[in-house]
Parts: sequence; C-alpha cells; structure tokens
Amino acid sequence: GPSLPALPCCGCRSLSPGAVPGWHLLEGCGGTRCGELLLSPLPTGDVAATFQFRTRWDADLQRGAVSHYRLFPKALGRLVAALGVRELHLALTQGFWRTRYWGQPPLQAPAGAELWVWFQPTVTDVDKAWKELSNILSGIFCASLNFIDSTNTVIPTASFKPLGLTNGTDHHLLRYAVLPREVVCTENLTPWKKLLPCGSKAGLAVLLKAERLFHSSYHSQAVHIRPVCRDASCLAVSWELRQTLTVVFDFFSSGQGKKDWSLFKMFSRTLTDTCPLASQSKVYVDISPKNKEKELLEVSPPPTSVHEAVVQGEKKTYAVYDLLSPSLFNTSRSLNVQLKWKRPQDMEMPIPILHAQRYVAGYGLQTGEICTLIYNTHPYRAFPVILLETVPWYLRLYVHTLTIITKGKENKPSYIHYQPAQDRRRPHLLEMLIQLPANSVTKITIQFERALLKWTEYPPDPNHGFYVGSSVLSALVPSVTAMKDMDVEQSPLFTSLFPSSDGSSYFVRLYTEPLLVNLPTPDFSMPYNVICLTCTVVAVCYGSFYNLLTRTFHVEEPSRGGLAKRLANVIRKFRGVPLL
Amino acid sequence: MAAPLVLVVLAAVTVRAALYRSSVAAFIAERVEVASPLNAWKRVVEGLALLDLGVSPYSGAIFHETPLIIYLFHFLIEYAELVFMVSFKKQKLLIELDKYAPDVAELIQTPMEMHYIPLKVALFYLLNPYTVMSCVAKSTCAINNSVIAFFILATIKGSAFLSAVFLALATYQSLYPLTLFAPALLYLLQRQFIPIKLKSKSFWLYTMQYASLYLCSLVVIICLSFFLLNSWDFIPSVYGFILSVPDLTPNIGLFWYFFAEMFEHFSLFFICVFQINVFFYTIPLAIKLKEHPVFFMFVQLAIISIFKSYPTVGDVALYMAFLPVWSHLYRFLRNIFILSCVLIFCSFLFPVLWHLWIYAGSANSNFYYAITLTFNIGQILLISDYFYAFLRREYYLTHGLHLTRQDGTEAMLVLK
Repeated sequence: GPSLPALPCCGCRSLSPGAVPGWHLLEGCGGTRCGELLLSPLPTGDVAATFQFRTRWDADLQRGAVSHYRLFPKALGRLVAALGVRELHLALTQGFWRTRYWGQPPLQAPAGAELWVWFQPTVTDVDKAWKELSNILSGIFCASLNFIDSTNTVIPTASFKPLGLTNGTDHHLLRYAVLPREVVCTENLTPWKKLLPCGSKAGLAVLLKAERLFHSSYHSQAVHIRPVCRDASCLAVSWELRQTLTVVFDFFSSGQGKKDWSLFKMFSRTLTDTCPLASQSKVYVDISPKNKEKELLEVSPPPTSVHEAVVQGEKKTYAVYDLLSPSLFNTSRSLNVQLKWKRPQDMEMPIPILHAQRYVAGYGLQTGEICTLIYNTHPYRAFPVILLETVPWYLRLYVHTLTIITKGKENKPSYIHYQPAQDRRRPHLLEMLIQLPANSVTKITIQFERALLKWTEYPPDPNHGFYVGSSVLSALVPSVTAMKDMDVEQSPLFTSLFPSSDGSSYFVRLYTEPLLVNLPTPDFSMPYNVICLTCTVVAVCYGSFYNLLTRTFHVEEPSRGGLAKRLANVIRKFRGVPLL
Repeated sequence: MAAPLVLVVLAAVTVRAALYRSSVAAFIAERVEVASPLNAWKRVVEGLALLDLGVSPYSGAIFHETPLIIYLFHFLIEYAELVFMVSFKKQKLLIELDKYAPDVAELIQTPMEMHYIPLKVALFYLLNPYTVMSCVAKSTCAINNSVIAFFILATIKGSAFLSAVFLALATYQSLYPLTLFAPALLYLLQRQFIPIKLKSKSFWLYTMQYASLYLCSLVVIICLSFFLLNSWDFIPSVYGFILSVPDLTPNIGLFWYFFAEMFEHFSLFFICVFQINVFFYTIPLAIKLKEHPVFFMFVQLAIISIFKSYPTVGDVALYMAFLPVWSHLYRFLRNIFILSCVLIFCSFLFPVLWHLWIYAGSANSNFYYAITLTFNIGQILLISDYFYAFLRREYYLTHGLHLTRQDGTEAMLVLK
C-alpha cells in the first residue's frame, strides 16, 4: 500500500493527520480535468469567490522520457521532470485575508509571493535546483521570483509537510521562501490562465476578467503540483495540478450598500458553456443558514441540487449548479447565479476558533519588538499550533528575549527550532510548537535590533520600510460540530488539498499580517563627501605622526634666508645699505 | 597611600552599584557608544541562550565573543554582575601597582609626585565616566581592559612569562593588542640590560624566547577554545568579524559610516587600508621610542582605540588612564584645553545627536557621523600633542631647559 505521510519528530506528531487511507487520492474528480467555483458570502457582507481547476495526468514524470503532455502544461511538466521536483506550491497574493472577520479561508496565502517545494531524494544539490526552479518560475509567471536567494530561503522542520504521495519527510529536501514585497497584477494572471486547457475562452474561466479580479480586497492565485495515487490500489502515481484563485469582492463599497449580488455584478460576465475538455464543472454557493434559523438567502435560478457537508468544523449547505447537466442551459442560454437576502442580515459574526494578529512594537530606529497574538476561542479544547517565523537578517533577533505568555503565565513551547541569521547570507528561522489552552490569547514577543545597511543594499524609497513576511500558523483545530465521514464526491474540493483527519479536528494553515519595518538610513547623497572626510581624518593622523617620527628638534638657527632675501641683500650690497 | 586608594575603590564601587540598580543602567546598556557588536552584554546573553538551545553561538551573526568568554560566563551567569565588579577592582589594583615603575628618574619629576601616580591612575580609570558607563552596561570591554592591565603590570614587573601569557590572552580576545608585543619586548630588553642591536646575539635570543612564549600561549588558548566547542567556527566569527567589519551599527569609530557609504567595488581595498592603520605605526614608533617603551605602549593603545573597527568609550578610557603618568609633560602640551573641551563636548553631543537621528527623526546620520569625526580628530590631536610634548621634553633633558643660539640670544625649538 502507499506509505502515508507523517509529520516527523519532535512533538509535532500530535498534528499528524490521522490515517485515513486514500486521502491523497483524487477524490471526486474521476476524470482528468475538473473546474469548480465556490461562492461564499462572508460575515462582513463581502463575497469570496474561489476557483479551482484540477488536471490529473496519469504518467510518471520522474520515470522515463515523457513527450506527450496532453492537458498538463508542458512548461510545468518538464520543469518537474528536469529538476526533480516532488511537490510544488506557488501562491501570488495581493491583499490580506482577514481571518478574524471573514472566517477560515479555504486556502490562505501570505501577501506577496510564496513558494515552497519538496524535491526528490535523488536531487543531489538541492540549493542549485531551488535557484534554477525559482528562476524558471519567475519567467513562467512573470513574477520576481528570481529574487529568491539564500537571504530569504529557509528550511522549516515542522510546518510544511508534503501534501501528496510521499516516501519520507527529510526536511532537507524542502525549501520555503516568501517575497512579501511582490506586487501581483494582470501580468501574473495571464500566464496563470494560459495554463488552463481552454484558456479563458470557455467554462468557468470566462469569469476571470483581470479588470474585475484586481478590483477587489483580496486576490490570491496559486499553483499546486503533487503526486497522487492513480486509483484506490495506489500502485501507480499520477500527477495532479491544481490552480486555485480566490477573490474577495467588497460589496459595501462597490454595490451601493446593497449586499445582493450576481455573477454578472462580480465578474461582468455570465456562464454560457463549459470547457469541452472538462469532465466536471460545478458552481457551489454557500447558503448555510446562520444561527440555526431558516435560510436567509435566496438563490436564483434554482440549483441543480443542494448539498450539506461539514467543512472546517462548520456545517455548510451548498447550492450546486452542475454545468455539465443538460438541463441547466436548456431554459436560458446563460447562467447568472443571483443571491438575495430575504431580510436585513444581523451582523453577528462567528469568531473563528483559531486566528492571529501580529504587529511591531516600540519606537525609534534602534530596537523594536515583534508581537504575535494567537487566539484560541474554542470553549473547552486546547490544541497545539506550530508557529513559523522567518525574519530577514537586518532585523537582528535576540532569542533570549522571546516570551510566550498565556493567561498571565509563561507558556513554554514543547518544541523550538531556532536558526540564527547570518549577515547578508540567511534569515532567522524560528519554529515553535505552542500549546493553546481553551479560550485563551497567547502573546509571543521577541525583540530585535535594526541594522544599518550599506547604502547600495537599500531598495528604492528606503524610508517606505522593509517588509517582513507573514508568520505561518499550522494547527489541527478541534471542530465544534462533530464531523461525519462526508460525501467527498459532492462537497467542494478545496479542502481536499489538506489531509482530512479523524473527524474531530481539521487542519488549518493561517498566515499573519506581513510587517513593515523602518531601518535607519545613511544619507544617500554623501558617498563622496564621507570618503573624503574620513580619509582626511586618517590623513591628519598620518601626517602628524609622520612629522613627529621623521623629524627631530633643533634650535632655530638664523637662516640665510630664502631666495628673495638673498636677492634683496645683493641689491643692498650694491647700494651700500646695511644688509637685511 | 593605601587609605586614599581604598577610598577611591569604595567610591568607584558605590557609583557602579548605585547605577546598576537604577533605571539608567538599561539606558546606558543600549548606548552604541558604550556597547559595540563585539562586546555588548546583550549579545553575550544571546550567545548563552543559543548554547542552551543547542545551537552553536557562532552559527549566527549576533555573537562574536571568544569561546573562553562564553564558557566563563556559562558558569558564572548568575554572578555576572559580581564578575564585572571584581574585574574592575582587579584592574584598578593592577594599574595602580604598575605605575610605580614606568617613569624613570627625571629631572622634573620629584619622588613625591611619583608616589601619587598610582593613585592618580586609579582615580582616572575608576572614576572616569567612560569606564563607569561601560561597566554599568556590562560591556565585556571591561574584561579586555583588565587583561591588558594585567599584561602591563606583568611587563613592568619584569615577568616575561606572565606578560607573554596575558598578551596572548588580550590578542585572543580582540586581536589588535598584538601590536603591544613590540613595546613589551623593548621594555623587557631594557630591564634585562640587553642592548637593542640587530647584530647582538643576546638580543635575538631574548626576542625569540619572548616570541615563542607568546606564540605558545596563543596556540594553547586557541586550541583550548577549539576543544571546548569542537569546531573552528569561532575564528571567522570573531576575527573575521573584527577584520572585515560586516556590522555597520554606528559607534564612535571611523569605520561604520565610511563602509556604509562605500562603493562596493572598493570596499575590500579600503578595509585593508583602514585596518592597516593600527599595525603600521608600530615599527616606526618602535624605532623612535625604543628607549621609552612605556610611552610607546601608551601611544600604541591610543592608536588601537582610534583605529579599531568597533571602538567603544571603554577603549578610550584605557589609554586615558595613562594620562596622569605623563603629567610632567603638561607644560609642553600646546592645545590641551581646546582638545579637552572638544572631547567633553563630543561626549555630550553623542547621545543628543543620536536621539535626534534615531528617535526624533529631525536629524540624519550625517549629524552623528560629524560628531564621530570630531571626536576622533580630538583624540588624534591629543595623542600627537602628547607625543610632541614627550619628544620636546626629551630634547630639553639632554640640552638643558635654557636654549641659546650661537649668538647667545634665546633660541626657539623647531621640528626639522
């Protein structure tokens, strides 16, 4: 049978996904190509739209030469084969997912660009492969991934486990990097869309119109490649490519105060057909009733079916539109899903069980403190969380100032992995396993010192500040609602990327806010002046010592005078006046 | 003699103890003038914390102390304060004792004055605000200084072995005291009445003896560090860090802003040029001052404190403690008043301009840089003034105080 992934070592075992055979199968998507769209109204009145396109390719990329790529994008396929990539996760994000107000996201990503890759054990020089990979991806996605180097790459030991079929978890094969300064825009979206077999010509992808997608509060697009079992017996490996895209539309500002919305209002498009290559194409609308009341939402046209599931510890009701069912496009030529609120929605927000926030404390440009607050709002269950913090070298962290306070008492982490930074070579890496008691706030603080850099090391606009990437929280969160073995065929499939577990808890990965930190700056207009002035001081020292060392004291003798004096004396002699 | 000394010690300890306990201590410990990346107490604690986490303290860019220091403190962490106190007391005692010998019987210096020199040195060192601050900040500079003080004491007492061992320790701690080898050797030769002649056999014999003592103790200390940590990581992390100046945290020295503003292309060249300054005055000074090794030592210490890559006020305090020894040069100093004013004003302006740049944001780095330049100019002129005065006095000692020209009129003395 397949070997199941397990988190290695050091107390992280408690986070290990339960042994659910076949969780890494390509559940639900029998064919090679499926697309889904999930529309979920958020507690604040905004709407999140999450697309997912999955391509499965029944060939072993690593073994033997493959020349026929069918639906799998050739650029990525060859990359995986050539560089010995076992798993690749790339996310490009603009904006920040506000977990506290929007709830647990289906798939969150940190602001900027995030890339993490597991390599095959056969790769000898992982760093070289990683460098090459980030350069190639930079070309494919028109992103600045070529700025990934040793100063922002870390090797986490516990936070990132392989999500696909795997034989071992030697974390030396893992590389993780975040570029928080990266700006995501249409030039990143276009190559992403080109990876789809139908492009943006047909199916759900017609909704991906750049001018609407970037007029939003949050935009995150991702690519995940991983090996999965080809069938239940798992004797052969298939490769799965998932392309996901999450957008949050702000309807309070763009919908004139009304929270009713439709596909057309969001995307300026409606659905007219499906991609002929797709074996499955569905739209899910989250119509879960709040507070156990009767449903508040009315969707039109009537859905093909209604499906109930427990997703991330919450009971959800979905209206499902199957674009492949012939009845859907019979009545009208296009599908414009609309949603109306039956009555004004009372703004009671459910607070997610796990959420976090982070900020920089202190003033001045000499020192500072990074504070992270982690909330566990579960009424009676404690659970552990792995915190991964990557801080660039120019903020010099002092690990002896690390304090973790929960409910006024010190909370000692059960596992801590710290790798100090080296100037201009590698960042700080701090990984901790922290137990969060029920109904608590945990405050983690660590002090740092701001370095003065060389003038060429500052980016343009140095007083804007330097970004520090989000810290990553990974946890198995106990659910409030009991989870049954859900019908995976029917539920939206965003959750299937992460391992589902025994039913009492679910896996969550959260990212905190990126930080913006100011550093002291030299005066950029001064290099010549400084070189001249400092060298003058050195020369003053040299000069005075040279004088004292090479000369000796003498009594001042009446000198015969300079040339002028002698000349004058000659003239005086002629004139017969006393000499000078 | 003993009673005032005890008083001075008591006063010094009281001042330090009072400051330790006060809220000023944290403020002083953060001052970049007092704690450099090389010797800040915060970084020592960080190194210990890393050791406790099972991480090599040298794997990061924070810790740059030598292995012996970390193990010393590893055992003494609870008594750290005490250690600092003790190291100060020791140091003071040393300097006091050592000053007895330095200056030879001179015309101008009465035995009475000589008698008070140790006390004055103790006063100058122990009550110098620079020393007090670096002690309160728990900068490990105090330990370096006491090792150097032990070295001077051992040298002046004529113990070649101890002098070599302490010199090796000082070199191991901060590299630059390497240059003190020359004055120590000259002094010991002088004490043994061995003529300093390149052709003399006994001169070479003694030199080889002293050099091999020094090198052997250095090798022993370095090997000991290796066995403590089982790796050579500390070599690049301590000496590489001192020589290549990667940390540009502002301090009172000349390096930080110069290399922050340097064109990358020339960086290596200028690092060599700047580092060579400490070493390259040694030989000419040795030739010029071969009869006066103690003065040579003083000048060399001053040069180290001006041109070292991460200087602090503790280093300045070390050579300033020598100033009372040369009190007989006072009448020959040309601009001591101006220079004292410059140094005092700069000391007050450091924190002010730092605040304006870092906290208030109303000044920029140039302001602080300007003060470091002035401070260093002040130090350079002070040392060359003392050097000038020393040479001039030498001249008077041999030629008499009342110089006349050939024609009998009063003469001026000039450097030629």
